[in-house]
Amino acid sequence: MRLTAEDPAVTAEQFVRSNRDSEYVRLLDNTEARLWSVKKVKEWLEKGFEKETPATFTFSIRILESDRLIGFVGLGGVQWSQGDAWMGIGLGDRQDWGKGYGTDALRVLLRYIFTELNLHRVSLGVFEYNPRALRSYEKAGFRMEGRQRKLYEREGRRWDGIVMGILREEWEQLA
Amino acid sequence: MDIHTSLYEGQHICLAPIDHDKDAEIESKWTHDPEYLRLLDTAPARPLSAWQLKKKYEAIEKSAEEEKNSVYFTIRTRPSESEPAERLVGFVQLQSIEWTNGNGHVRLGIGDPHDRLKGYGTEVLGLILRYAFCELNLYRLTAFIPEYNPAALRLFEKAGFVREVCRRQALNRDGRRWDQYGLGLLRDEWQSAVEKQPAVEQQPSAEQQPTVQNQPATGKQSES
Amino acid sequence: MNSDLFCGELVRLTVEDPRVLAEAFSRWDRDSEYMRLLDSFPALQWSTKKVQEWVEKDQDQLRPDLFMFGIRTRSEDRLIGGISLDGVKWAHGESFLGIGLGDRTCWGNGYGTDAIRVILRYAFTELNLVRVSLDVFEYNPRAIRCYEKAGFVHEGRLRKFLDREGERWDMIFMGILREEWEKTA
Repeated sequence: MRLTAEDPAVTAEQFVRSNRDSEYVRLLDNTEARLWSVKKVKEWLEKGFEKETPATFTFSIRILESDRLIGFVGLGGVQWSQGDAWMGIGLGDRQDWGKGYGTDALRVLLRYIFTELNLHRVSLGVFEYNPRALRSYEKAGFRMEGRQRKLYEREGRRWDGIVMGILREEWEQLA
Repeated sequence: MDIHTSLYEGQHICLAPIDHDKDAEIESKWTHDPEYLRLLDTAPARPLSAWQLKKKYEAIEKSAEEEKNSVYFTIRTRPSESEPAERLVGFVQLQSIEWTNGNGHVRLGIGDPHDRLKGYGTEVLGLILRYAFCELNLYRLTAFIPEYNPAALRLFEKAGFVREVCRRQALNRDGRRWDQYGLGLLRDEWQSAVEKQPAVEQQPSAEQQPTVQNQPATGKQSES
Repeated sequence: MNSDLFCGELVRLTVEDPRVLAEAFSRWDRDSEYMRLLDSFPALQWSTKKVQEWVEKDQDQLRPDLFMFGIRTRSEDRLIGGISLDGVKWAHGESFLGIGLGDRTCWGNGYGTDAIRVILRYAFTELNLVRVSLDVFEYNPRAIRCYEKAGFVHEGRLRKFLDREGERWDMIFMGILREEWEKTA
């Protein structure tokens, strides 16, 4: 995998395409699934770039071999003085699931976080109904830090939110 | 509890709106107390001028109006013989409300250390929980509290919150790292606890009730 | 946990109402010696209104790389200057320090050193920076001594960087590392 910065038009198009897969959206996002147009998403991305506060970093993911754009990985809510941030990742096309792409992109991101941003820890949230992601995070070195009980409601039942974290010293031991 | 019981009035304090003219000066003084800020927030403690706070109050109400996913109350003393005028003592907030999931974050702050000894925290929490569960009809509430704020942990756990998450070494202050705890309370839990309580209004406890602060998870959005 | 984060022995750090700060800065701008000790930019006078605009912009933006404070005496609560950590480079844990005491009656009385001690403690225990940098003009020995007392180490000079009153002057760079500060604190 390689992480890239893309033209908003490119990212928006990919985003909208993957957004039409509701299962993908519900595995990714806690806000209610909605369909947005390319125009709208492009506006958000462009507005986001205008601000580019040093508290969010979003990258697109491209496969090294084919250079195909397959998703995004990002870092938000950076608390610089605490050395902590939250990450998120999404692979928009289900044909790319279960192939190790996510884990690889994560490795790149973690290296960036710990050796370029010099943070102390990275946090993430994952739905209990997303065991594939959970496994991927565990493989990347994240540890379970707790469950927020019945945090979400979908399809008429409630689901826990799992919180995970990795400390720099733990990441250093992985390599 | 029924619709005839006030949502906003406790025994000694009440939930009230922002006073854009008068509150900023008072709160500016609180923000110059590093303990207040550090108990409340994970962002670097920085005092705010009254001017900045006035802008912040405008932003709070604008956001509540437009994004409709937050509720903000000031906390004021109720008029009494010793203190006939209402006095601002703090604030309480529900933030990052996700309507489809029925969840939100609760956060409260009492500015003057002396006011933290009077049991106001318990009263405020009681009011805001009822508001969240019986007026907003949320299903659960979350609170994030640093390990170095045991008074807030006690307060929330007494109110029924359960420790669910330990974000290890999430905070760095005063030369060492600290954990941050995530606590959660489900409406069902709150309801059964409330049903068990006697109908008589609670007296504030005589024991110390120091600062009760917490902050929302930085989660999927940046810290305010 | 330290509850005196913004307080020193002689001074305390504050965030002032923009009007108050602007009025003070504008008044001090009229002292050319002060301005020439403080700033490499040609000494200029700005109106309170103009300075207020700048202060309001900073306070409104609340940039995460700027921490600007007023300095008030603890004894009389008098506003005597300003101090800041500016250009914070978070990934590197470094920032620049700037300080100016516009009130001359305070020069040479330890107020500057005290304010710097407060902000270094803030830098190293709240912002968790790893180093703080500053620059100072060679014709400002009072400030140089003040920084040395606060623990700053000489790191180099840009030779003949400034031109004032027909002479050229060096710009001196100094820095302090957290591990050095921890030994003094």
